[in-house]
Amino acid sequence: MDWQDFLSVLPFIIVAGWATILLLVDLWIPANRKGITAGLAVLGLIAAIAAVISRFGIEREAFDGMIIVDGFSSFLQLLFLGVGVIAIAQAYDYLRRRDIERGEYYILLLYSLSGMLLMASAGDLIVVFLAVELLSIPLYVLAAFAIPKADSEESALKYFLLGAFASGFLVYGIALVFGSTGTTALSGMVAAIESAETTPILLLVGSGMILVGLGFKVAAVPFHMWTPDVYQGAPTSVTSFMAVGAKAGGFAALLRIFISALPGAAVMWMPLTMWIAALTMAWGNIAAISQTNIKRMLAYSSIAHAGYIFMALPAAATPEVAPEAVRAALFYLVTYAITNLGAWGVVLAMEKAEGSGLEIEDYSGLGKKRPALALAMALFMLSLTGIPPTVGFMGKFYLFQVVIDANLIWLALVGVVTSLISAYYYLRVIVVMYMRDGEPEVRSEALLNSTIFITAFGTFFFGILPGFLLKMINQVSLLDLFR
Amino acid sequence: MTIDLVLFFGLALIAVVAAIAMIASRNAVYSALFLVFNFLTVATLYLLLNAAFIAVVQVTVYAGAIMVLFLFVIMLLGTERESIGGRIRWQMPLSIVLGLALAGELAYVLLRNDIVQGPLADLTVEFGSPASIGRVLFNEYLVPFEVTSILLLVAMIGAIVITRKQREEGK
Amino acid sequence: MLAEYLPIVVLIVLATGLAFIVVALGHLFGPRKPNPVKAEPYESGMRPYGPGRRRVSVHFYLIAVLFILFDIEIVFILPWAVVLREIKMVGLIEMAVFIGVLLAGLIYAWKTGALEWE
Repeated sequence: MDWQDFLSVLPFIIVAGWATILLLVDLWIPANRKGITAGLAVLGLIAAIAAVISRFGIEREAFDGMIIVDGFSSFLQLLFLGVGVIAIAQAYDYLRRRDIERGEYYILLLYSLSGMLLMASAGDLIVVFLAVELLSIPLYVLAAFAIPKADSEESALKYFLLGAFASGFLVYGIALVFGSTGTTALSGMVAAIESAETTPILLLVGSGMILVGLGFKVAAVPFHMWTPDVYQGAPTSVTSFMAVGAKAGGFAALLRIFISALPGAAVMWMPLTMWIAALTMAWGNIAAISQTNIKRMLAYSSIAHAGYIFMALPAAATPEVAPEAVRAALFYLVTYAITNLGAWGVVLAMEKAEGSGLEIEDYSGLGKKRPALALAMALFMLSLTGIPPTVGFMGKFYLFQVVIDANLIWLALVGVVTSLISAYYYLRVIVVMYMRDGEPEVRSEALLNSTIFITAFGTFFFGILPGFLLKMINQVSLLDLFR
Repeated sequence: MTIDLVLFFGLALIAVVAAIAMIASRNAVYSALFLVFNFLTVATLYLLLNAAFIAVVQVTVYAGAIMVLFLFVIMLLGTERESIGGRIRWQMPLSIVLGLALAGELAYVLLRNDIVQGPLADLTVEFGSPASIGRVLFNEYLVPFEVTSILLLVAMIGAIVITRKQREEGK
Repeated sequence: MLAEYLPIVVLIVLATGLAFIVVALGHLFGPRKPNPVKAEPYESGMRPYGPGRRRVSVHFYLIAVLFILFDIEIVFILPWAVVLREIKMVGLIEMAVFIGVLLAGLIYAWKTGALEWE
């Protein structure tokens, strides 16, 4: 243990420590001035971003392998912190509008983010478990933030019960993997599997249970049942953060555990992940078609996108494709994050104070009344479908290419067909906005508008010039644990 | 028969009787108290296995904290005397099937001792003592240890935030 | 090995025995003059009738949760106390951070009135 070790977890220390300080500071901030807490929270995030950037390119293990710093973790941490800044900006006016503004909102959000940061650099299954809990528990509370509204209570209860259930699977799986390999350290697991000093049946059941536990977190079929209700009932600003952050956090763990620690067991998990990916893409997109509520539709859409990202796992079972598969998954996570934050931002702008205005029909006439907002929404919908010139297209293109490289032609085909199906319900939103007449009631809040503008710009910019992002991702690699 | 074996069978008998009494009693509070008794006997069984730390955790966390929460929930919901009629119909057959499955698994593991293929850990008597756990916890597992404190803090904030509205209305 | 726990067994036996003895003594020597009014559950003139189920304040739940969290803290302090002489200053700092974080929670609970009973 030395100072280098502490520098390795500095982003986590900054965010978690700052949240704890803010918890106390917030007690003395008057109730009508909670904007101060939000601003201070963003300051903390900026400091953490600086900490991540300052150690970019460094690869090392810290605290006896508990923490791994590599391109993968730094990249994901930047993504999480960016999501955090946007999530706070989106929440500020929304919370005031719905009269649920409290300083704890931003503090819990910071704690959840700290869990995600820890997840990105976890080098031990115990740290993975703690990170999952640290990112989930604040989210359960945030989902219940509109208490005593019944739908918020329902959302939080369902999320909590299923989340606790999933954690049970995860921790049991970790115990079994430990029983099989004799270690919880990811690097140690690689060595144990290499030397064949494992109990295969325990490893199979254990890694399967880890897959189930994390599958719940990223909302992959058949562990997705909670998603529509939870996304619909939670305050929309929470849903936005949850849909992007929690999902990216779950995938951080999935990629790290399965690709870098369990490549030796790929024969076991490859068929499983392949079927999960195919089922998730198919069911998410098909179920989204019949939704009339925009929050439910985007919930099913997020399930479908989990399926696309999941494709990176079976692809990575082919060792030569693995590094590229990780990069494709990361790229897709970025496209998913930018596009989804933007789409949820538009939903936030359309939602009325009492919580209505969430039907897709309510978007009629938006094209005439607020052309800029409608254009942004159209861009997000195109990006979610995967139509150029948007970043969503680049993400899907890259990912499908990797899947084909891994010789999983049929899986890539499922991806393409389901994308075509998804065009139906994404484009319907555009049709409703431009072709139907209506008088939508829209908010115009400076912070919210700027987040929509930034994400729309990102969706378009990275769609035509993905070079910068690709260059950054090409430097990303999982720290080679075989050494 | 050694003294350990006599102790084990005596404690095991008490644990089993307490567990049966817990299921059999109709008053939920009595059930909870029998469960406490069961936890305490199991804690002494851990002591027999030289796992002193787990025994302490069993007493403080399970017999102490978790049971307090159980009793609070029983009282909060007012279900001290729930009628037996409202049971789920397939509960009985399902529990028999699951019980048999567990018994089969245990028998399999006990009879076929080649299921563990890796090296068996060579443990000393010291292995489960609080001291050896402390040594590991405050060195290798420093990060998980500190993260746990944040986790506990978040749980505390969560409980306070969620109940705040109701508490304000209750005033 | 197990002989180390003998004092605890003695303590348990003594504590249980004392409880029985105290109750038994009360039965043996206490005056007993029962009458119908005394036999009622409460003696404040209110007849304890009413529904068996009442809604209990959510405050009970909050107190229970807070108790559990601080109880779990003990689980970590115990092995720390045993090895403190070995891990010295580093261990002291580690535990200070741990308790410091939870202290922030206590201050928060205190200031927001979670510990007050109206």
